[in-house]
Amino acid sequence: MWSPVILVPAILNGLMTGAVYALIALGLTLIYGVLHIINFAHGALLTAAMFAAFFAHQWLGIDPYLAAVGLTPLFFLLGYGLQRFVIGPAAHGEDRNILLVTLGLAVVTENALLYVFRADTRTINLPYAFDTIEIGTAFLAVPRVIAFAVVIAVALALWLIMRFTDTGKAIRAVAKEKFGAELCGIDVAHIYAVTFGLGTACLAIAACLLLPTYYVNPTAGNAFVLIAFTIVVLGGMGSVSGALAGGLFVGVVESLSGLYLGESLGQIGIFVMFILVLLFRPSGLFGERT
Amino acid sequence: MADSLLAIGGLHCGYGSTEVLRGVDLAVGPGEIVAVLGSNGTGKSTLNRTISGVMRASHGSIRFDGIAIGRERPSAIVERGLIHVPEGRRIFPDLSVRENLDLGSYRRARPRRASNRDRVLSIFPRLAERQGQRAGTLSGGEQQMLAIGRGLMAEPRLLILDEPSLGLSPLLVEELFTLIKTINAEGIALLLVEQNVVQSLEVAERAYILDNGLFVLEGSASEIRNNPNLKRAYLGM
Repeated sequence: MWSPVILVPAILNGLMTGAVYALIALGLTLIYGVLHIINFAHGALLTAAMFAAFFAHQWLGIDPYLAAVGLTPLFFLLGYGLQRFVIGPAAHGEDRNILLVTLGLAVVTENALLYVFRADTRTINLPYAFDTIEIGTAFLAVPRVIAFAVVIAVALALWLIMRFTDTGKAIRAVAKEKFGAELCGIDVAHIYAVTFGLGTACLAIAACLLLPTYYVNPTAGNAFVLIAFTIVVLGGMGSVSGALAGGLFVGVVESLSGLYLGESLGQIGIFVMFILVLLFRPSGLFGERT
Repeated sequence: MADSLLAIGGLHCGYGSTEVLRGVDLAVGPGEIVAVLGSNGTGKSTLNRTISGVMRASHGSIRFDGIAIGRERPSAIVERGLIHVPEGRRIFPDLSVRENLDLGSYRRARPRRASNRDRVLSIFPRLAERQGQRAGTLSGGEQQMLAIGRGLMAEPRLLILDEPSLGLSPLLVEELFTLIKTINAEGIALLLVEQNVVQSLEVAERAYILDNGLFVLEGSASEIRNNPNLKRAYLGM
């Protein structure tokens, strides 16, 4: 039961799954950290991205990994436009309004998808979906390994943007000191929209990474966002590195509790841990103590 | 004044139905140091926020270099070289000292960022030692230096300093007012909004006394310094 032959593959698989969770949480925490709102439309936007990737394959025959190249900038623009022209103006500068607007957006998006595509669950068949790579004693599914590598690359790219570009510095500046940023000539509405766009772009990438092994229906995104919320709290609200570490951690917890409690109970481990963290370290495992 | 760098006429501004500024006229000439004095709650910060476009005036005009800027966004006003260093410093606590400075040239003077940074760091050697440090860990005085340095990164034509001496030790206040003269010697006009009357009147050429949303007096610094009624009534001296 505790033999490394079982344990190591479970941990590796957990890391692979956790990477996609981390990416979804990354988008959520980025938006929270800068706009200080919980984006309730995150799940619906993930679902929309999954449908986009599905139909890119279904109608145009584009492989999901290739579709990511086009869908990522497209969803960046979608997120940018949503924040700049829908959420921002509708909020009239009040945070609780933003909350309601994103919730409304989620309801509208989900039901529009339901209306157009019905409740059917769809999957795509790819020749490589069941290929595996052997690492030591572990057999890892190729799509998961790809997902892991892509997420690490995206997180690195995001880190470089935040650290070295003026836009990235402006995002970090606006997060903590909106007024000071305005007086530096930083257009706060634009930076909010860029941040929302980046968060939404993360979803497009996540959707393309999920689709080779996962299904899509009008509520498919919600399961992931529930976990992503957990990760954001674990990692510390607004912490990008916390989201990455938290995502990987949650993936491993899910995998191990799946191993010891049975596959269908895997997610219990996540939520037990979530409650424990809320009780004993409410600022998150990696968050700053306040 | 036709040749003013900043000319404000009949400015009214407030929050909701409460009017904070009730018809303010003010002018700053090129290269001039002008002080706006008054105690807390007289509308000094509101005046600054309105000039830099963060708040909108209900009536009145604001002209910078002859152009009406009253309807412009803060970023456009920064682009013109009207830079506001706010009360309370408002530096970016999670960013390094160097990143804070770099964002000063986000909108203006970007191509000369490196040379301007060297210049600012030579004015503030203590910031040079702490370039990589998180700005939030600086002392109050250092944060004020950083806020002014960040303003200088944009090559301001007019620099508004809102309560720069607030919370500084007497020694640092002394240093600050020397610095104000240094900045002005480079040809930068300054609008100095202060509660520190004595020292402000020493560096300023002209001053305005703000009380309850109105300028109750304006004149040369020496006139105001020597007006006994005024001292008693508005400046608590």
